[in-house]
Amino acid sequence: MSLQAVAFYLMALVSVVSALLVVSAKNPVHSVLYLITVFFSAAGLFVLMGAEFLAMLLVVVYVGAVAVLFLFVVMMLDVDFVALRQGFARYLPIGGAIGVILLVEMVLVATAVAEHGAAAKYAAPLAAGEISNTEAIGRVLYTDYLYLFEAAGLVLLVAMIGALVLTLRHRPGVKRQNIAAQVGRTPAKGMEIVQIKDGAGIPE
Amino acid sequence: MNLSGALSLALPELVLTIAALLLLVVGAFSKKAISMVSLGAGLALTVAAFLAATGPAGMQFGGSYIADNAAAFAKVFIYGFSAVAILLGDRWLKRLDNQSFEFPVLIVIAALGMGMMASAGDLISLYIGIELHSLALYVLAAFRRDDARSSEAGLKYFVLGALSSGMLLYGASLIYGFAGSTRFDVIATAVQAGAQNGVLFGLVFLICGLAFKISAAPFHMWTPDVYEGAPTPVVMFITTAPKLAAMVLIARVLIDAFGDAVEQWRQVVLAIAMISVVVGAFAGLVQKNLKRLIAYSSIANIGYALIGLSAANQQGVASMLVFMVLYMVDVTGFLACLMALKREGRPMETLADISGLFRQKPGMALVMTVLSFSFLGLPPFSGFWGKFFVFRAALNAGLWPVAVAGLVLSVVAAFFYLRVIKVMWFDPAPQGAVAKEPVEAKAVAIVAGLFSAAGIWFALSGLDHLAMNAAAALSQR
Amino acid sequence: MNAFLLQYLPIVIFLGIALVIGVAFLVAAAVIAPKAPDPEKLSAYECGFNAFDDARMKFDVRFYLVSILFIVFDLEVALLFPWAVTLTKLPHGDQVVAFATGVLFLADVTLGYIYVWKRGALEWE
Repeated sequence: MSLQAVAFYLMALVSVVSALLVVSAKNPVHSVLYLITVFFSAAGLFVLMGAEFLAMLLVVVYVGAVAVLFLFVVMMLDVDFVALRQGFARYLPIGGAIGVILLVEMVLVATAVAEHGAAAKYAAPLAAGEISNTEAIGRVLYTDYLYLFEAAGLVLLVAMIGALVLTLRHRPGVKRQNIAAQVGRTPAKGMEIVQIKDGAGIPE
Repeated sequence: MNLSGALSLALPELVLTIAALLLLVVGAFSKKAISMVSLGAGLALTVAAFLAATGPAGMQFGGSYIADNAAAFAKVFIYGFSAVAILLGDRWLKRLDNQSFEFPVLIVIAALGMGMMASAGDLISLYIGIELHSLALYVLAAFRRDDARSSEAGLKYFVLGALSSGMLLYGASLIYGFAGSTRFDVIATAVQAGAQNGVLFGLVFLICGLAFKISAAPFHMWTPDVYEGAPTPVVMFITTAPKLAAMVLIARVLIDAFGDAVEQWRQVVLAIAMISVVVGAFAGLVQKNLKRLIAYSSIANIGYALIGLSAANQQGVASMLVFMVLYMVDVTGFLACLMALKREGRPMETLADISGLFRQKPGMALVMTVLSFSFLGLPPFSGFWGKFFVFRAALNAGLWPVAVAGLVLSVVAAFFYLRVIKVMWFDPAPQGAVAKEPVEAKAVAIVAGLFSAAGIWFALSGLDHLAMNAAAALSQR
Repeated sequence: MNAFLLQYLPIVIFLGIALVIGVAFLVAAAVIAPKAPDPEKLSAYECGFNAFDDARMKFDVRFYLVSILFIVFDLEVALLFPWAVTLTKLPHGDQVVAFATGVLFLADVTLGYIYVWKRGALEWE
C-alpha cells in the first residue's frame, strides 16, 4: 500500500468517524468542533486529488468562517438540546428509511460507475507540474464562466442584503461620537455670552 | 470569447444588474427616496421586459445562456409580474409603516434570477438562477420581521428550500457524472445514445428538487404555511413569477436535455401532477383562511400545468405556458382583492371576514366572484381556456385517463371556490365598517377581473400564438 | 508519491510534530501530575452560591450579522484569489475579458460594501 493510499484511508476514516460524532455528541459545541475536524480531513482528501484551491477554500471559508457562524448560532439559539433529542426514537423509522434509500442509491451509483467507468472518459487530466490548480481554475473562471461568476457575486449580494434586512435594528437614543463635529467646534460655536438684566432671570 | 456580443444578448440581465446595484446605493444614501427606488425598479423591469421581447436569439457564455422565444416569452411575464408585485407591495408596506427600499431591490434581483432560470442552458446556470431568486424570496417572505408568522414563513421556506436545493444538486451531480457535461445539448446527445441508470436517477432527483420550487405535491409541505404567514404582496409574487420561471425551466430540461427519455420522465411528472391535483382539491375543501386556500389552489393548478407539460410536444408545452399565464393573472387579481379589503383596520384573510361582502363592497365582491369562477374553470372566463388547452394537449397525446381524472378532480375543487362565492353573496355580513380600498390594489384587481371575464376573448389567440412560438423554440433543439 | 503531493510534506511533518507534542503533554500530565479528584472542583464557581442556570446564554443577534457579513466578504476574496494568480498569464484577448469580469465583480462587492456601511451595519452602537 502506497503512502498516498495510507493517507487516503486515514483521512477518510477520520472524516467518517467525526461525522458520526457530529450527530451523536451530547454537547452541540462539541458537534461543531467535530464538524471542523470533518472539514479538515475533507480538505486533506481534496489535496490528495490534486484540488489544492478547493482544499484551501474549505479551510479558509468553512473552518474559518462557517464554523464560527455555527458556533454563534448554537449559542444564540439557546435551544434545550436534551429536549430536542427526545423525539429521536419517534423519528428514527422515517429518518432511517431515508438513510436506507440514500444508501441503496449510492450502492447503485457505485456499481454503475464500476461497470461503465462513469465520466472518466470525459475528464481532462490535469497536466501536472505545468500550471497550478489555482491557475487552472483562474483560466476558465473569469473567461468561460464569467456569466456564472457574476451571478454568484449577486447571490452573495443578496445574502448581504438579506442579513441586513432581517437582523439590523437601530436602537433609538444611542449617542455616537461625531468626530467631524467635534473637531470643527470653535469657542464661538461652543459658548454664548448672554447679558442678563437684574431680576429678569435666564430665558429658556 | 466575444464580450460585446455576449453582453448584447444578455442585455436584460445586464440592465437589471446595474439597476439593482444603483438602486441599492441610492436607497442607502437617501432615506426619503424609497418611492423613487420603487419607481426606478419598476422602470428597469419594464425596460428589461422590452429588451427581452425584442432582443436577438442565440446562445452565449459557453452554452450556459440561451436567448430564444421561450426565454423571451417567460421573461416578459416574469418581469411584468415582478413590476406589479413592486407596485402592490411598496404601497402595502407603506400602509403598515414597514416601507423599505430593499423591497424593490430584492424583487429586481429575484426577477433577474428567474430570468436566468428561463434562459438557463446548463445545470450550473439552472442552479445559480434558482438560488439567486430563492434567496431573495426567503428574505421577502420574512420581510415583516416583527410579525411572528412572517418570520416563521421565511424560516420554513428557507429550510425546505435548502433541502430541495440539496436534492437538486445531488441529481445534477449524478447527471454530470454520467452524461459528462452540464450543458443541456451535450446531455441530450448522451441521452440519445442511451440513458444510463445514473442519468435517470439524477433526473428524478432534479425533478424532485424542481417540484419543491413549484410547490407540486408531494413536495408542497411548505406552501400553506408560507402563504399564510408571508406578506400578501409577497404571496402574490411567489405564486406568479417564480412558478412560471420554474415551469419554463422544467420544460427546457425535460424537452431539451431529456427529450429522448420521454417515457422515463413522463411517469414521474404525471405522478407528481396527479398527486398535486388530488392534494390541492381535497385539502382545499377544509381551509378557512383564504391565503391557505390560494396555496392549495396553486398546488392543484401546478398539477394541471404539469399535465399539459407531460404531453411532451409543442402543443403540450404551449398549453402549459398559456395555462400558467392565465392562472397568474387570476391569482394576482384575487390577492390584490385581499390586499385591498380591510375591516376595522384588519386585512380580510378568512372566509368569515369576507362573508356578506356583496352588501358592503359589491364591486370587489363581483371581481372576486369572476376570479373564483375563473379558478374553477367555468366556460366564459379565462381559467376555462387554460384548462381546455391543457386537457386538449393531454388528449391529443393519448393521455386520456389523466385528462378524465383531472376533470373529475376539478369538479371536487369547484366546491371550495363555490363556497367562497356563496359566503360573499348569501351570508350575513359581520359587524364593522369596511375601509376604503387603496387605489392601486383596486385597479390591479379590476384589471385582472376584466381580463378574466372579457379581455381573454381578444388576447387568447395572440397568447396562444406566442406560446406556440415559445414552445417551438424548446422542442426544435 | 508524486511531486505535487511532496509539496505538502512540510505540512504533514508539522501535523506530526503537533500531534506528538499534544499527546506528549496529555500523557505526561496523566502520568506525572498529582491527582486528588473532587466533584466540587468541577462545579461552576459562583461566589459561594449554587449556579442559577446554564452558563450558555443568548447572544446578541448583532454577532450573527457581523459574522455573516464576514463570510460574504471572505467568499468574495476567495473568489478573487485565482484572478490575482492568473490575470497576467492569460493570452491578451482573454485577459481583457477576465479583467472586465474581475472589475465588474469588484464593483458589485464595493457597492454592497457601501450599502452595508451606509445602513450602519458595521457600527456597534
